[in-house]
Amino acid sequence: MNLEELDKNLLNTISDIKDIPKGAVNIRKDGQAIYRQSSPNIEIKTGETGGLLVEIKPGTKNETVHVPVILTQTGLNDVVYNQFIVGENADATIVAGCGIHNDSHGRSRHEGLHEILVKEGARLKYVEKHYGEGSGTGQKVLYPTTKITVMKNAVAEIETVQIKGVDDTVRITEAYIHEKGSLKVVERLMTHGEQNAVSEIKINIEGQGGSGQILSRSVAKDNSTQVFKAALVGKNECLGHVECDAIIMDKARIKAVPELMAEDSNAVLTHEAAIGKIAGEQLIKLMSLGLTEGQAVDTILEGFLK
Amino acid sequence: MLHLENLSFSVHNNGDSKQIISDINLDIKRGKLYGITGPNGGGKTTLAKVIMGILTHTAGHIYLDGEDISDKNITERANLGIAYAFQQPPRFKGLTVEDLVKIAQPKLSNLSVRKRMRDVGLCPEDYLDRDMGSGLSGGEMKRIEILQVLTRNAKLAIFDEPEAGVDLWTIQRLVDIIVGKYQNNPEAAAVLITHNRNILPICDEIVVIEEGRIKHHGHRDEIWPIIRDDIVCQVQDTCRGEEII
Repeated sequence: MNLEELDKNLLNTISDIKDIPKGAVNIRKDGQAIYRQSSPNIEIKTGETGGLLVEIKPGTKNETVHVPVILTQTGLNDVVYNQFIVGENADATIVAGCGIHNDSHGRSRHEGLHEILVKEGARLKYVEKHYGEGSGTGQKVLYPTTKITVMKNAVAEIETVQIKGVDDTVRITEAYIHEKGSLKVVERLMTHGEQNAVSEIKINIEGQGGSGQILSRSVAKDNSTQVFKAALVGKNECLGHVECDAIIMDKARIKAVPELMAEDSNAVLTHEAAIGKIAGEQLIKLMSLGLTEGQAVDTILEGFLK
Repeated sequence: MLHLENLSFSVHNNGDSKQIISDINLDIKRGKLYGITGPNGGGKTTLAKVIMGILTHTAGHIYLDGEDISDKNITERANLGIAYAFQQPPRFKGLTVEDLVKIAQPKLSNLSVRKRMRDVGLCPEDYLDRDMGSGLSGGEMKRIEILQVLTRNAKLAIFDEPEAGVDLWTIQRLVDIIVGKYQNNPEAAAVLITHNRNILPICDEIVVIEEGRIKHHGHRDEIWPIIRDDIVCQVQDTCRGEEII
């Protein structure tokens, strides 16, 4: 199958792939699967939900599955419900993400539910990047939901990135951590223009010795608005930490709501939240190294969101 | 190279005007090390910031190689060859030590970055990827700051209290590097703002600034004997009477 240049650019931005990658892959374009390939250890098929059912075999080592979605057709309201099962003691990476190209005045919308089960002793890295582009005024809208269950002794990391071009997004992340399981959620977000972004993360640490961590870095520019809600529920002896750090610029608005709920006297939950503009000293320092003010701002933001 | 002519800086607050530096006249020549000292709050850091363009002087002129740079901004002055090592360098979340050194000197090869780091007592293996956020100590931040200015290859490098927060062994090494790089260098000069009694006597010229004015200025052999007792006393005040080598 040959991908068009536009498709390749979108795929490269959201999944760091320049063409069809080796191994397990499913590329969805404008509501249709245009390419699907399983690997000996990772099977991709259509599940009961009508979306993907991706099964990573127990004991699989260092394999990656790509499941990107691209939207190039205006007015489309694409909805998917995908399921992922990471087998016992497997070690794998899932690269998801959605790229929208919209040159018109109509709205393009993608709504995706990803349900992930990380079985006992498995390790998973889940990466999801969102990106929008196009010359029209048509809105690029993304509503992703991720539900993850981390079983006994399993370790998972969710990394979500939305740096450019998405006008409206509501991202929901819901997690359940069992005995000695561990989950880290890292979110990086930048909004500009008139964009709105809402992110709600809730980690339920249910098992003894479980741990959960939420780290958010965001930048709000122009007239954009961001709402960040991060909740940790400790239902057992566990460790949890929330850290949200935001840079605010221009006339943007940011609301950060860290929430800790302990339902066990041995739960240790902490949070830090900070919102502030770029410090003048930082700009002056970089300018004294020869950067212009604009270059200094870009360097600081790039580093902050790296 | 750098000529300060009747340089003054004042601040205005609620109709009151306060003179921070007054009528400074000073010539900085290539190949020399200048030690600027004097009581805290006397205007030393303000003078450095005015030279770098961080603060805008309210009277007088600044000439660099004959060109009046009074209207040049920080970036322009940096690109003309002025560099300033902050007394309290700011922190940057997400930027690494290597990122900042490469910003200071984009032409530096990876090998040179590592060598320069070792020169200032920073092991590249431990520090190259370190985040410039909250994890570094004050002394580490200071060494990274000095490293950046050293890599700029500036015509005029200003070091604002380079010894503050740096251990004695490292400061001796840093001073040796600064002396080796700037003393008798036909292309460049360095200014060290310091109270350190080991650094001041090796500077070619010493400038004492008090209440915003130059109180003494001259060759080290002439000035050091005048201020030595004051400096030792000041240092011992800050360390509660303990002798500092």
